[in-house]
Amino acid sequence: MPTLTINGRSLSVDAANDTPLLWAIREQLQMTGTKFGCGAGLCGACTVHVNGEAVRSCQTMVGEVAGKKITTIEGLSAKGDHPLQKAWIAEQVPQCGYCQSGQIMQAASLLAKNPNPTKEEVVAHMDGNLCRCMTYSRIQKAIMRAASEMRTASATSSERRPT
Amino acid sequence: MNEHVKNVTPETTDLSRRSFLVGTAATGLVLGYAGVPGIGSAAAAPANFEPSVWYAISPDGLVTVTCGKADMGQHIASTMAQIVCEELGAKWSDMRVQLASNDPKFNDPVLGAQITGGSWSTMMNFEAMSRAGAAGRIALTEGAAAAMGVPASELVVRDSMIVHPKSKKLMSFADVVKSGKATKTFTPDELKAITLKTPDQYTMIGVSVPQLDIPSKTNGTAKYGIDVMLPGMVYGAIVTPPVRFGATVKSVDDSAAKKVPGFIKAVTLDDKTATTSGWVVAVASTYANAKKAAQALKIAYDSGPNAKLSSQSLLDEAKRLQGLEDSGQFFVKDGDPNAAFGSAAKVVEAEYTTSINIHAPLEPMNATAEFKGDILHIYSGNQFATRSGAIAAGAAGIDPKFVVMHQMWLGGGFGRRLDADMMIPAVQAAKAVGKPVKVIYSRENDMTMDFSRPLTYQKVKAGVDGDGKLIAISHDVVSAWPTARWGIPDFLTPSVDKKGPLDSFTVNGADFFYTVPNHYVRAIKNELAHNATPSGQLRSVAPGWTFWAVESMIDEIAAATGKDPAQFRISLLDGAGKNDGGAQRLRNTLLAAMGLSGYGTKQLPKGEGMGVACVSSQERATASWTACVAHVAVAPSGEVTVKKLTVATDVGTQVHPDNIRAQVEGAALWGLSLAMYEKATLKDGGIEQTNFDSYTPLRMSQTPEVAIAVIANGEKATGVGEPAVTVVAPAIGNAIFNACGARVRALPITAEAVKASMKA
Repeated sequence: MPTLTINGRSLSVDAANDTPLLWAIREQLQMTGTKFGCGAGLCGACTVHVNGEAVRSCQTMVGEVAGKKITTIEGLSAKGDHPLQKAWIAEQVPQCGYCQSGQIMQAASLLAKNPNPTKEEVVAHMDGNLCRCMTYSRIQKAIMRAASEMRTASATSSERRPT
Repeated sequence: MNEHVKNVTPETTDLSRRSFLVGTAATGLVLGYAGVPGIGSAAAAPANFEPSVWYAISPDGLVTVTCGKADMGQHIASTMAQIVCEELGAKWSDMRVQLASNDPKFNDPVLGAQITGGSWSTMMNFEAMSRAGAAGRIALTEGAAAAMGVPASELVVRDSMIVHPKSKKLMSFADVVKSGKATKTFTPDELKAITLKTPDQYTMIGVSVPQLDIPSKTNGTAKYGIDVMLPGMVYGAIVTPPVRFGATVKSVDDSAAKKVPGFIKAVTLDDKTATTSGWVVAVASTYANAKKAAQALKIAYDSGPNAKLSSQSLLDEAKRLQGLEDSGQFFVKDGDPNAAFGSAAKVVEAEYTTSINIHAPLEPMNATAEFKGDILHIYSGNQFATRSGAIAAGAAGIDPKFVVMHQMWLGGGFGRRLDADMMIPAVQAAKAVGKPVKVIYSRENDMTMDFSRPLTYQKVKAGVDGDGKLIAISHDVVSAWPTARWGIPDFLTPSVDKKGPLDSFTVNGADFFYTVPNHYVRAIKNELAHNATPSGQLRSVAPGWTFWAVESMIDEIAAATGKDPAQFRISLLDGAGKNDGGAQRLRNTLLAAMGLSGYGTKQLPKGEGMGVACVSSQERATASWTACVAHVAVAPSGEVTVKKLTVATDVGTQVHPDNIRAQVEGAALWGLSLAMYEKATLKDGGIEQTNFDSYTPLRMSQTPEVAIAVIANGEKATGVGEPAVTVVAPAIGNAIFNACGARVRALPITAEAVKASMKA
């Protein structure tokens, strides 16, 4: 049985190596925050992080991720308080909410690398994630809010750092 | 509908819901609102107040509102809680929501059934929830008065606290519930006699409180139908035939599927409800295995009577039907347009079409079925529990009273989840294998078996007199009939010419608020399309196509008579006769959109233009007055860029201003997506588009600025989920004409069509 390192835990899954990671996460591990949308890498609802990179878990096979660090929406933060999650609540982004785990995971991979994205960079990074309720403008606002909060937090912590 | 034999609480697997229910048992205070008399046996009013329906207050003071409406992102559960909270006097942080089962006691107080659509929920439940809230406040106050030994009239209720200012005594809601002193019950007459707050006394209505469902939708804990996990559950993947409808399975060879690990059985559906045709479900231990097994099945079909049909053949048939004198039935028959055309100074005629469109909510259709003793449990997010429960029962061959529907959050609805097709394979597979089965559609199943927005063909003829006054409109609407498909007489409308009932959900909107003395609207059923492409209700339904025709034609007439299209509309919205009231509200909304967009105040660069449209979506009787100004740029290639949409909407009373803006923006962008980006086609009887590479809803990079003006003028609360869908396409079409003189009459709008019309 393959073993997955997921949200900091090592878990073995009863799934063949050619099983999409999405279904191993959802069914074997019963972490249902990661969603099935299209099965073809066209909508982004199933986005998770593998070694910090946003990937479509419906297109990633269990056999490909052995030994790699997988993060799902359940593991993005300890208490659902990642700056993006807080921003999503502050901007009241979700409508049906089904795509939002994927949107947040996709956005998190952007902010991890680029703490100060332009609007164009946000759009380019997020364009593969469909929102059928079309909450796009609020998603953008929430990403900008989270980026700003993360920059402030990091500036504050570096100021406090003794020189 | 039937009474349930048992009351079943949600299963323990649904942790998010269970946590809401903790403590609401016997010691809790339970309040409800009895059905309104005269709404049919489905919700017959009990003689006395039955303490069990809309909310419960637990000994810890939490108030859990049970929402009988499907919540598909419109936050209706939170809205219901907000309306209860206003009259109850609870603190918002004490409010919780849960979703109702299909027990008829949760039926809509106006509709007498559990159905969510039409942008009806807030307007039809506002009073019921207000009275339920007020009744709770009165019962708690009287209980507190008894406990404190003071007159109830001296008590003040606020933020879940009941205070006696004179003595400074106070009790929380939790204290009163724990005391057991809140015992008052209400008869329907007593409920009706309660004096509700006037808008100037509101402290909750009109406030954008945090939506109760949103935190769970940022951390993965919100449970949708697809997330249901039952002990011993197995999975089903469906195999659907190459044609949308009418195929039958001749044979199934499962020899290859048997080699797939975990494969259990292939079940050919025997669907006596005629919801599906020619479907097989492969059942296996996991969904991945079920998919593999489904792919390994070799199925031979009889493709049936629709196998040669295409979008073109449906359109040809629509044109043929429209050309017949005696086709269809009249929805509007005022004056005599044909006589008026004879004397008209100018006659303008045009044909308008819309393509097949697919709902494609992001959560693919799914359902989980479990037989437990006598009861069939269905877990699925659904918009029409009353009908869907009966269909699930039909699939199982049992009486509907033995079906319990467990409502879940909907990963998008848009009308798609009014249907129950997804329950049929789950039920029959569960029956065949003797285990709970979760069926999940692939995206390909979901798209090719959608109950789509039908292909529509409309012909509109208008006559103008010598003074440029619009004197006649004759409007034929040809389509499949989505609501007639339900077979529920109450949802059909008698025709004006007494030729039997018609499906008004194909012509709503054509009965506009403009004053036109001679006006015919004919609803014509395209039987060929009806059978080949079983259609459904797609967000906004008929007004999504009728206003495309009406609002384009109004523009065409304005152009033909040399008038400004916005001023021409204002002149037609004179409020004469039956249009009094609505016409003036619509005019004011149009003026608001014009003002906010700067319509007519600035010179636009070459190749840019603004277009207007205004609509009374959804139905004439349930309109939210909505207007749009679209600002577009058209390249010489015909390529259209929508630069900005300005939408104004008169919603009467706003319960949650921020939610209204979210809904109006989403609806307007749906309108844009349908106008520019979404097109499905039929070929050889099958839908050609299978995934988001070929069926392409709006993405972030295509999203323009949307400016919104909400008019809240103190009239009754109206709906906001749909109307803005309908106003956008004609506004864009009219803006294209304004920008470059090209008139487009087919949705979706393509660069080729714009370019071709430029040359013409």
